Amino acid sequence: MDTSEDILQQASPGLIPGSGTARAAKPTRLSPSFISWLQAGPMMLVFLAFFLIPLVFVVIVSFWDYNEYQLLPAFSGRGYTDTFEGCIAQLPELCTIGRTYVMTLKLCFMVWAITLFIGFWVAYFLAFHVKSKTWQMGLSLLCTIPFWTSNVIRMIAWIPLLGRNGLVNSGLVKTGLINHPLEWLLFSEFSVVLALVHLFTFFMVVPIFNSMIRIDKSLIEAAYDAGATGFQTLVNVIIPLAKPGIVIGSIFVITIVMGDFITIGVMGGQQIAAAGKIIETRVNALQFPAAAANAVILLVITFLIITMMSRIVDIKKEL
Amino acid sequence: MSETKRTKGVSRRTLLKGTAGLAGLAAGSGAITGFPYVKSADAKVLRYLGTAVNEGDDISKQCLKDTGIKIEYITATTDDVTKRVMTQPNSFDVLDTEYFSLKKIVPSGNILALDARKIKEFDNITPVFTKGETPGGKKIGGQGTAPWKVLYLEGKDSKKFATSATEFVTLIPTVYNADTLGIRPDLIKRPIGSWSELLNPEFKGKASILNIPSIGIMDAAMVVEATGKYKYADKGNMTKEEIDLTMKVMTEAKKAGQFRAFWKDFNESVNLMASGETVIQSMWSPAVTKVRSMGIPCTFQPLKEGYRSWASGFCVSKGVSGAKLEWAYEFVNWFLSGYAGAYLNRQGYYSAVLSTAKAHMEPYEWAYWMEGKPAEKDIKAPDGSLLEKAGAVRDGGSYEDRMGGVACWNAVMDENDYMVRKWNEFIAA
Repeated sequence: MDTSEDILQQASPGLIPGSGTARAAKPTRLSPSFISWLQAGPMMLVFLAFFLIPLVFVVIVSFWDYNEYQLLPAFSGRGYTDTFEGCIAQLPELCTIGRTYVMTLKLCFMVWAITLFIGFWVAYFLAFHVKSKTWQMGLSLLCTIPFWTSNVIRMIAWIPLLGRNGLVNSGLVKTGLINHPLEWLLFSEFSVVLALVHLFTFFMVVPIFNSMIRIDKSLIEAAYDAGATGFQTLVNVIIPLAKPGIVIGSIFVITIVMGDFITIGVMGGQQIAAAGKIIETRVNALQFPAAAANAVILLVITFLIITMMSRIVDIKKEL
Repeated sequence: MSETKRTKGVSRRTLLKGTAGLAGLAAGSGAITGFPYVKSADAKVLRYLGTAVNEGDDISKQCLKDTGIKIEYITATTDDVTKRVMTQPNSFDVLDTEYFSLKKIVPSGNILALDARKIKEFDNITPVFTKGETPGGKKIGGQGTAPWKVLYLEGKDSKKFATSATEFVTLIPTVYNADTLGIRPDLIKRPIGSWSELLNPEFKGKASILNIPSIGIMDAAMVVEATGKYKYADKGNMTKEEIDLTMKVMTEAKKAGQFRAFWKDFNESVNLMASGETVIQSMWSPAVTKVRSMGIPCTFQPLKEGYRSWASGFCVSKGVSGAKLEWAYEFVNWFLSGYAGAYLNRQGYYSAVLSTAKAHMEPYEWAYWMEGKPAEKDIKAPDGSLLEKAGAVRDGGSYEDRMGGVACWNAVMDENDYMVRKWNEFIAA
């Protein structure tokens, strides 16, 4: 039943005494370690075939040359040198790739901070204030509403709300708060962050809620009995115990936002650069090695961020 | 503790099941793509790869009725069509693509040129394609990848474009149009006559251009030339310096807040215009029609510097031979025989063989769409919906005036790679 124990056993069979003899007694049964390999096998194969091998190809292709219509399988750093073109010559001004990543990271940070704040409190409410399981389920499902429509329709729907003649602007003008419609409501960093937060807070809520619901209620009682204030309980008990959820949620949000170009494109009026957008433009121009090189760069940067985050919290241990 | 562990085990297993299911699905769908090819040995089926422009249920139904050929549409964006030709040449039979992508497609050797002698109406194809002039004799601007530059190949398997007519045709022409800026006359309230108006500070925060580098750069070049800043030798084939200059002008405008947004998708352009977010922008003809059909005034404004044009046509995959090749010829011949041409003309596009399309249209329709005359009766779209009320005149007027006013064609430049990088820089600026 328990896979991790099996793996442990398989790694060092001597650790659990008696298991060897038990196995010898029933020779017809498959060994538990074999079964657990069998169970993990399909996933490993899928992972290998549809993730690792393609990834290796992407890295290889990123070092190829290309022309207008085909890949040239000869070693070339062109994908990378083109990407970093002007990065030294233009100093102190940032080059295209530098500016793109500064913008992407900035959006990423804002979205992360806001989704974390909102997501944490939504999860807190669901976990500690909603008593019935049914209500908890029902309210969590409400968080999925943004995903009920297609991406494109959802984003087009922002125009009547935030546009120059949209609901918000006409409302504000009518109440006399402003004289002219606010232009920055749409096709701006504000609208990009708004749309991303609206979409991805859900990815924060679920893992944090999952961590919080597993916090032993007696710990909170103990804190209360020991005279801790609500704030002290929050900082010293709940947040540390919800950390794995916070980190997992953060990983979801950060990886999605780093690679996003559709939402940033539509909500930013295609005027805001995104790391994913560069890759898309290159692919559409059939410049696969350049696209692959950009994908590798994006992967490395995202990986660095994730590594830093898992330095803060050891997810493997916490789980 | 042990309880949580167990739950975790279960969820892991559920995930595993899910993934295995997905893998099965992927394998299944992979196998499925092979089937139609085998089946098509008895039924007359052609897999048709193209953009949505030429595709319509009415066309495929009529084709099945007239010729017994069943068309299976594979619809993709212009870029994705090219990508598919390069990477999966056996996944389609008939290819419907734009002339400007030939510079990429032909050298790849993945398509088969068609034999002009087997195309019944070939001699009746509009001289726009063969000579670069209108039927009335007006010379058409040839900057960019003009169709007559890439219409013929030197030999059957040649990868070189012939300078004079041969029987090996890269793409049998089907549809084309002349594009310009779309405007909201009700919000601008004054006549617009030049591409330079796109960068007029009067429309600050209310202008837009399309974010497809190969087409956007052409619109940008029309604007730069109209402002009098520079005159290009060939807008469709700029030098690196010319690309830098063009992007510099556009970048300055972008930084000054001239553009409300860029658009990439047909519906985005319709929404920007219909909502009044923009009042002047690059646009495609059917998008203008769509805005107008919502009851919002929108003009496909003719401009003094001329139009940016595009054209597309048919060829077949190199894997097509034998009976299938004969069906492909039968289909192309049917397409040029009038029904499809009339259908395209009624959408505001132009058909390659005018005489056959005319025979399939009512005289008042022909007069409105092609001759630039006021509509005698209400003008209806192919699906029967009302496009224009009686008395309306087509923007830009007659075929002669519109096609005769073409200044340049969509293009793939020699410096395409550099241009794409500069375009990314423009977006990031």
